[in-house]
Amino acid sequence: MKKETWKELTIGTINLDAGNSVKNLTGTWRSGKKPQFIEEKCIQCFFCWLYCPHSAILVEGGEVKGINYDYCTGCGMCSVECPPKEKAIIMVKEEAKLAEGGAE
Amino acid sequence: MSTLKTLNGNQTIAEAVRQIDPDVLAAYPITPSTAIVETIAKFKADGLITGEFVCPESEHSAMSVCIGASSAGGRVMTATASQGLALMWEMLYIAAGLRLPIVAAIVNRSLSAPINIHGDHSDTMGARDSGWIQIYSENCQEAYDNFIQAFRIGEDLKVRTPVFVGLDGFIISHSLEVIQVEDDDKIKKFVGEYKPVYPLLDISRKMTVGPIDFTDYYFEHKRNQMEGIENAPSVIEAVGKEFGQKFGREYGFFEEYRMDDAELCIVVMSSAAGTCKDAVDELRSDGKRIGLLKPRIFRPFPYEKIAETLKKMKAVAVLDRSSSPGAFGAPLFTEVRSALYDYAERPYIVNYVYGLGGRDIKVEHFKEVALKLEKIAETGKVEETYGYINLRE
Ligand code: SF4
Ligand code: SF4
Repeated sequence: MKKETWKELTIGTINLDAGNSVKNLTGTWRSGKKPQFIEEKCIQCFFCWLYCPHSAILVEGGEVKGINYDYCTGCGMCSVECPPKEKAIIMVKEEAKLAEGGAE
Repeated sequence: MSTLKTLNGNQTIAEAVRQIDPDVLAAYPITPSTAIVETIAKFKADGLITGEFVCPESEHSAMSVCIGASSAGGRVMTATASQGLALMWEMLYIAAGLRLPIVAAIVNRSLSAPINIHGDHSDTMGARDSGWIQIYSENCQEAYDNFIQAFRIGEDLKVRTPVFVGLDGFIISHSLEVIQVEDDDKIKKFVGEYKPVYPLLDISRKMTVGPIDFTDYYFEHKRNQMEGIENAPSVIEAVGKEFGQKFGREYGFFEEYRMDDAELCIVVMSSAAGTCKDAVDELRSDGKRIGLLKPRIFRPFPYEKIAETLKKMKAVAVLDRSSSPGAFGAPLFTEVRSALYDYAERPYIVNYVYGLGGRDIKVEHFKEVALKLEKIAETGKVEETYGYINLRE
């Protein structure tokens, strides 16, 4: 992603590129562990979606469908919040993560 | 027709505020600037101004209101002093970083401890790296004129930077002076209509003001910010000239007083410069070739112009009404001395701190300084680079 020089920036720190945080792949911060979604166990309570600090829970057609690893930092909140009886999200070991992109 | 009015420094600022009638005025009263806020409140109650007058619970909040209102797209001002400015501290950097052309009248007063309500420059000098333009005034007339020009300077599209207008606590803020007050319509016309850039109230545009920057953008945004204040000199000059054409009182970066054939020079700002002029007159009638350089603009510091003027002197004394503990000299001195460094031909230069906590500086003190300068010029020896005036040693 090409970064602007100081001359190219809008004055006063103003950001006119609304919604540009999608360009910031926070998934690059993940290290060691990642959440794994087990669809059969999911009761669609949406707790994970509610608590995920990075909006990384994938929702399609009104249902939780998995994790968007481009933004998931591996914080584990979703798996903690997932009801204990179901535990439809578990944290698993991750060898390699996304290599590049996002903020330095 | 402009009129002569007997006003003190605080009243002259309030008078200028009434004429400019900014969209939002947010201030918390503090000695010696209280009367500015009080008078504005009275103007508002009497229906003489249309701007919103906000009384927040502290100076930190006052500056926060200013930042919000300015981001929204309004012309905004405040007034404070001393501890009040100190309490605004973190918001000052935000106002400058967001390039909001807020104008603040600062009635210069010492900082605690020990607690003291009198005039010195510790407050604004303490904020000298906050990114605000700093203009200092010798008397009530200059405070009025500078305050009006401050809006034009700060709001210029190349500049878009907040501005402090300093006037010395009590010595100026509470001293009556006959000043030339220009016509309301002429001042309104001079200041012109405010044109905000990227106002938040323009809901047709989606944007964020002040989002987080990490290691990848902070540096570029700071450099981008500096461009505003670095663009200010040409605007300061043009506005000062235009003010002169319209109202007969022209302003530049500094005033030179009897500098034509001077060999010795005293550099001093604000009200003390008035006293220094009397000392220079007396010394001149004794045949001494001495002059005064009174900086008006401290930020951006007019280093080239000051150095060009001072390089031919034999000896220069820079007088500071604030101190910078542990530094090599007080703020004005370090700027002036540094400005002269690149010149092969340059004067001996010394620094005296004076007037902390409102301690008087009189004609006789300037004469003592002149005597020391004479000795330095004669002998080529500087015994003390850094000293104090009118201090019990
Ligand atoms: S691990 Fe954290 S960031 Fe990743 S999906 Fe779960 S809650 Fe969101
Ligand atoms: S918290 Fe667990 S059960 Fe609830 S929606 Fe998310 S994955 Fe499914």
